[in-house]
Amino acid sequence: MRALRLLGLFFWVGLLNELEYRVNFLLQALQTLLSVGTALAGLAVVFQHTRSLGGWEAAELVVLLGVFQTVAGLMGMVIGPSFERLMRDVREGTLDFVLTKPVSAQFLVSIRQVAVWRLADVVVGLALVVTGGLQYGARVGLGQVLLFVLVLAAGVIIVYSFRLILATLTFWVVRVENIMVIFGSLYEAGRLPVSLYPDWLRVVLTFLVPVAFATTVPAEALTGRLTVENLALALVLAVGLFGVASAFWRYGLRHYTGASA
Amino acid sequence: MSGRAVTGTLVDLARLYRAAFRATLAIQLQYRVSLLIWLLGLVIQPVIYLVVWRTVAGAGQVGGYTAADFAAYYLTLMLVNHATFTWIMHEYDWEIRQGNLSAKLLKPAHPMHFHLADNLTYKLLTLSVVLPALGGLSLAFQPRWTLTPAQVGLGALAVILAAALRWLLEYTLALAAFWTSRVSAINQVYFVVLVLTSGQIAPVGLLPGPLRALAEVLPFRLMLAFPIEVLLGRVEGGALVAGFLGQVLWLAGAVVLFRLLWAAGLRRYTAVGA
Repeated sequence: MRALRLLGLFFWVGLLNELEYRVNFLLQALQTLLSVGTALAGLAVVFQHTRSLGGWEAAELVVLLGVFQTVAGLMGMVIGPSFERLMRDVREGTLDFVLTKPVSAQFLVSIRQVAVWRLADVVVGLALVVTGGLQYGARVGLGQVLLFVLVLAAGVIIVYSFRLILATLTFWVVRVENIMVIFGSLYEAGRLPVSLYPDWLRVVLTFLVPVAFATTVPAEALTGRLTVENLALALVLAVGLFGVASAFWRYGLRHYTGASA
Repeated sequence: MSGRAVTGTLVDLARLYRAAFRATLAIQLQYRVSLLIWLLGLVIQPVIYLVVWRTVAGAGQVGGYTAADFAAYYLTLMLVNHATFTWIMHEYDWEIRQGNLSAKLLKPAHPMHFHLADNLTYKLLTLSVVLPALGGLSLAFQPRWTLTPAQVGLGALAVILAAALRWLLEYTLALAAFWTSRVSAINQVYFVVLVLTSGQIAPVGLLPGPLRALAEVLPFRLMLAFPIEVLLGRVEGGALVAGFLGQVLWLAGAVVLFRLLWAAGLRRYTAVGA
């Protein structure tokens, strides 16, 4: 409960900061609409020439695109900016201020910087999921919706844990931003079901960089093609990776020597 | 200073480019990881569309393209895109806002030479990453190439014209930074139109009616799709002549527009922070 209240508080602070620069909202909205518009136009062109893509109908790919956009928005809104600030703090030795607060340091460094306008990505993403799901029609039942929410949460936790591991490297390596950008460009591949990619790339996108669990697997859940193995794998990976990431974070924190302390 | 033309003897220019080349090289070699990152960005987008179209084609063909033809198309696109892309629109925005352009204006040659030298050096350097990447992707996606000497010669000419056209057009658009500090919005719209009509989401022949008509009118097809199709031997006869003619005419138009806007923009320029 306190965690939610803190998250709300940081969102409020982010909003107050940004209200000074309201044109930024229009620019972000423009960027979101252009990006989604381009992706939809691409789909429209492809489906002029085919009825299904690797077994996926157009409506299902809209759902996938929505999941992609939602997760990208969540990451870009909270996790990305917070980890950027973490890296800056470690470099400048100002992380002390976080460590002295009476809250879990891992939680605080993960949520304390909020880029509020990226909410546009989340809203548009969810709208796409709903639109695609409705077009998909009667085949989406309540069970599938619940399963979707569960697997989406697992996917977000997996991507978060993966990025926390990368961010923790900042205690040893100064320029981790680069590795973050690499993850960002590989995440782009999540616009498509991973089953379309050649085997070697599918393995990379599933296990090396867990893009598949954040995009393809939740979309599979909503469209009723999720296998029991993938469900189990997503849940086990979410719990396991979160544990590993937290342990690695605590280990890394021991290497932090504040410059001001 | 306002109406200064692109001047200097060829010898002077050669020395200028050599010096700029050395400076850029020294700067870029410091950021080797950034090169790798940039490479991923260049590779991932075409691979996504390649995977889509390869799947659509399956064992058959779509609009005259088999899966192996799509592989050849998108791998060539990677190379042509590398040869023609610029980041000048971002750079100008930055230089004008920071006032860095002032220093370049004081030098005895048009600033464009410095920007162009920078661009060319970066591309030569990154070619050492692009070529191995192309080799690896060729192994993975099995493209079908049939290259004749004529294709290569005409293709090279089309790529050079395309690079010149894209450079000048984007340089001209970049001058918008003289008038507004919200260039990023213009850039975003520009890149969407570029992606939709230049042959990136699909070969222009596969675009649906209205979008295809738009692509035929706009110059972006000539900056990417046309050189690719020449290299692949997919354009012949009248279409080939029309394509080259279109490139030359757009290029001439871009030169005129650039000169007008450059003169007008310089008069407005008051270096911020100078």
